[in-house]
Amino acid sequence: MESLIEVQSLSKRFGGLTAVDNISFSAKRGDLLGFLGPNGAGKSTTMKMITGFLTPSEGHVSVCGHDVSRHAMKAKASMGYLPEGAPAYGDMTPLQFLTFCAKTRGLPAAEANSAIERVIEQVQLNAVLQRPVETLSKGYKRRVGIAQAMLHDPPVLILDEPTDGLDPNQKYEVRQLISEMAKNKAIIISTHILEEVDALCTRAIIIAQGQLLYDGTPASLEVMSRWHQAVTIRVARQDVAKVNAAFNNADYIKAVETTAEEEARTTLTLFPEGTQAILTPVLSTLRERKLDVDEIIVEKGRLDEVFRRLTQNYEMNRSAGK
Amino acid sequence: MRQINIIFQRELTSYFATPVAYVFIVIFLFMSGLFTFYIGGLYERGQADLQPFFAYLPWLYLFLIPAISMRLWSEERKSGTIELLMTLPVSTFHAVMGKFLAAWVFTIIALSLTFPLWLTVNYLGNPDNGVIFAGYCASAFMAGAYLAVGACISATTKSQVIAFVISVVICFLFVVSGFPMVLDFFQSWAPDVVLEMISATSFLTHFNAIVKGLIDLRDVVFFVSFIIAWLVINVVVVELRKAD
Repeated sequence: MESLIEVQSLSKRFGGLTAVDNISFSAKRGDLLGFLGPNGAGKSTTMKMITGFLTPSEGHVSVCGHDVSRHAMKAKASMGYLPEGAPAYGDMTPLQFLTFCAKTRGLPAAEANSAIERVIEQVQLNAVLQRPVETLSKGYKRRVGIAQAMLHDPPVLILDEPTDGLDPNQKYEVRQLISEMAKNKAIIISTHILEEVDALCTRAIIIAQGQLLYDGTPASLEVMSRWHQAVTIRVARQDVAKVNAAFNNADYIKAVETTAEEEARTTLTLFPEGTQAILTPVLSTLRERKLDVDEIIVEKGRLDEVFRRLTQNYEMNRSAGK
Repeated sequence: MRQINIIFQRELTSYFATPVAYVFIVIFLFMSGLFTFYIGGLYERGQADLQPFFAYLPWLYLFLIPAISMRLWSEERKSGTIELLMTLPVSTFHAVMGKFLAAWVFTIIALSLTFPLWLTVNYLGNPDNGVIFAGYCASAFMAGAYLAVGACISATTKSQVIAFVISVVICFLFVVSGFPMVLDFFQSWAPDVVLEMISATSFLTHFNAIVKGLIDLRDVVFFVSFIIAWLVINVVVVELRKAD
């Protein structure tokens, strides 16, 4: 399938600071990429270079086959962009603002009207159409920004923190909207919310200190977690020693850890050796030893732990190397 | 052209969407009336012309025009809308032109609202309306020159206050560059060519020539090329500083 976004060895330096360091990736139709990374990692800078707002120090970006530096107008026309903080002209109402954007996009009047109606419906702006943008809540401002980005139904969408500042219901709606659109577009979103990447994205890209640390599916990111396939059980307090004795020497168990303690109950997590599934042997061992269990959970893997490990180890290695 | 027109319309509408336009127009009309009648002594002179009005206009513009131009780019940079504008299919040139023309048309609207002065002198006597028309044209060009400077300075900073102050200073230099006190400073050490160049950049020299009814193409060319030069710098500054 054709690749809609092509990023080749992209770098950006501000004076002595390297904000983005040799990043390459591509996205095709149907891809929904989630940019993850600590604050100041270079996510927004990368997005700004993809949209042509910033000129890269090195490397190339092409969108729908148009080089962003050389054919800026064609590239701009084929993408929608929600900048960080969803800026919009405060003195305009959402309706005026969307009309302005539709005009600059060159949509003919009739088409512009139906496009504006469509996005107003999609992000539910009806209630605030006649109020100046500067008087709107953060959530509505964000939605005006999203509406503006998808107005011309572009094949490529770049959304910098699309769900920031929205309440849980609004977050859910915006996520639904994004995943509906993702079927026939290439979309990049940046977010701090790891669950969002898991729930929404087909690919996760982790950036720290300007470098690309990971590019793959959220599921394979979970596999990297030590919690992946781990089994958490809750047992009576007096059984803890027995559980430890039963599992500490099993060859499929790497470690047994106490993860929570209540008055009469203790929660233990059994970490597997490697990435194997251990539920079956754990269950049979529990049955053999006649141990009663209140609760049993198979862990999927914790993205936050993988994220922390990847980004912090990286930062430590960097500073150790200096 | 279409893109320039879209930006132009948005900008011009935004003046009237906020109190900025009305405050500016009221203050401009009040101040120009004050200068014309009280300080310039329009009645006492007993001459049917608008010289008292035009004589003080460069000084009134010195403070009022930077107040219009200061927000043109620094507001966009401060609120982040510049990122939106520059990623729409609009080139920097389109945006610079659209914004400049909107501000210029706005000042021309304010200027044309001084028409009661023209009616007054026509009622009181028989002025040379050709000279008055030339004076209005010169005023419009001079306003354009001030605006071009102000728009360019506005693109260099996120702070509207800084944009205002620096624009006033730079415009002041261009107003007084034909004055003896400035030329004296250079006379002792600079060659005559430099001296002539400095005095040739003075707004007043060119403005006064047209206002007196001497329409010389060179004065018009001065203002037009001055505006174009600052707009070119404006495009470069926006390109360089937009993401800072």
